[in-house]
Amino acid sequence: MVDEGGRGYGIILATFLFAYTLAVVPFPLWLQWGRPEWLALTLIYWTIALPQRVGITTALVLGIGLDVLEGAVLGQNAFALVVVTFLSLLLYQRLRVYSLWQQSGVVFLLVGINQLICQWVQNLQGVGATSLLFLLPAFTSALLWPVVLTSLRGLRREYRVS
Amino acid sequence: MFCQGDRGADIKPLFVKESSLGWRTLIALVLVAGLIFADLRLNNLDNGRALLNTLATPIYWLADLPSRLGDWGQHNLRSRGELIEDNERLERENLILQGRSLQMASLQAENVRLRALLNSTALLRDDVLVAELVGVSPDPARHQLVLNKGEMDGVFVGQPLIDADGLVGQIAEVSAAQSRALLITDATHSVPVQVNRNGVRAIAEGTSALGSLEIHHVSATTDIREGDLLVTSGLGGRFPVGYPVAVVSVVERDPGEPFARVSAVPTAALDRSRHVLLVFTSEQGE
Repeated sequence: MVDEGGRGYGIILATFLFAYTLAVVPFPLWLQWGRPEWLALTLIYWTIALPQRVGITTALVLGIGLDVLEGAVLGQNAFALVVVTFLSLLLYQRLRVYSLWQQSGVVFLLVGINQLICQWVQNLQGVGATSLLFLLPAFTSALLWPVVLTSLRGLRREYRVS
Repeated sequence: MFCQGDRGADIKPLFVKESSLGWRTLIALVLVAGLIFADLRLNNLDNGRALLNTLATPIYWLADLPSRLGDWGQHNLRSRGELIEDNERLERENLILQGRSLQMASLQAENVRLRALLNSTALLRDDVLVAELVGVSPDPARHQLVLNKGEMDGVFVGQPLIDADGLVGQIAEVSAAQSRALLITDATHSVPVQVNRNGVRAIAEGTSALGSLEIHHVSATTDIREGDLLVTSGLGGRFPVGYPVAVVSVVERDPGEPFARVSAVPTAALDRSRHVLLVFTSEQGE
């Protein structure tokens, strides 16, 4: 495991930074509730593609970063992303042979779980959503999964990240 | 025969070993639970958060780039006619405002004298600092803004924030070059107010809907009407006195309930303004 690291590390980091940026980019008000979970999508892709390099620790660190960025309770997104990464690490062998839309279905469930955990922690703080609209990102993320997959896969092949 | 000796090391395992996955997840979850507990109950992570916020500054800068480019385009790619029109409008406005503020100095002096007669404390004089919005909270349930002024500009936690029309919120977190403000409509925010017409005191709480505040515990017989202006009362010592907060929009008195249900609409353009004012309050000598 030690001698595998190194190649394309910059690319992986760059995609996560891009996902962070998209996560806070200003959105029109009517789209507020539907903002896709860019970081979760990117993380799911890398865990499926490179499970030996991107895993629980990455999810933990990225999640805390997202908490700081969103001004959320420290640990909220970290909690959700750790669980999502755990699930996708369990499922990655199956996910690799799924068709695109089957994968989208799994992504829908994963991001849905992500949203539920985030809501749960937010409710501990007392600022939970009042409607079920908070599940909308699961839908938009699943719709965007094919785009994310093909662009990240293109990037991975272009730069031979392995 | 396979040449295990020199080839084996190069071949990557097709699947990772999963034996440690459960343990790593468990450790990560315990860590996260500790973090959540520390952040929610102990409130001692503020310094670490400020440091991480400083590190996150470039990401906000990057995310704000498209809208800044749009602004630049709007400012620099305008026709001469539009500019002249704008200029004339601003000059007219300026004339009106100057006319209104002519009497300001004498009125202020008179007010100070009257207050001295009444033996009440001196007026507060407020300085302001213009801050620009660089981001809004991506989570619609949280009403927060990220501003481009931080500790280096003297911003402090709890500092009130206003715009041209009224109170916007207060600063919740400060990092080196940016700060995060909580809007008055956030579900965790409350502001002490009084009715401008008769001085009835109340507390306006955020509802996590952008266009409304709830005023709780107003007894059914209190003199409060639709259209009343609520201004900050200065009680609690956090917000200076007299900034408009909201206009009462609904008053429902149900004889069966001990309290009236009162909602108000914030006067500040919470979701539209790109510039806000940070208020520095300094006590003026007697």
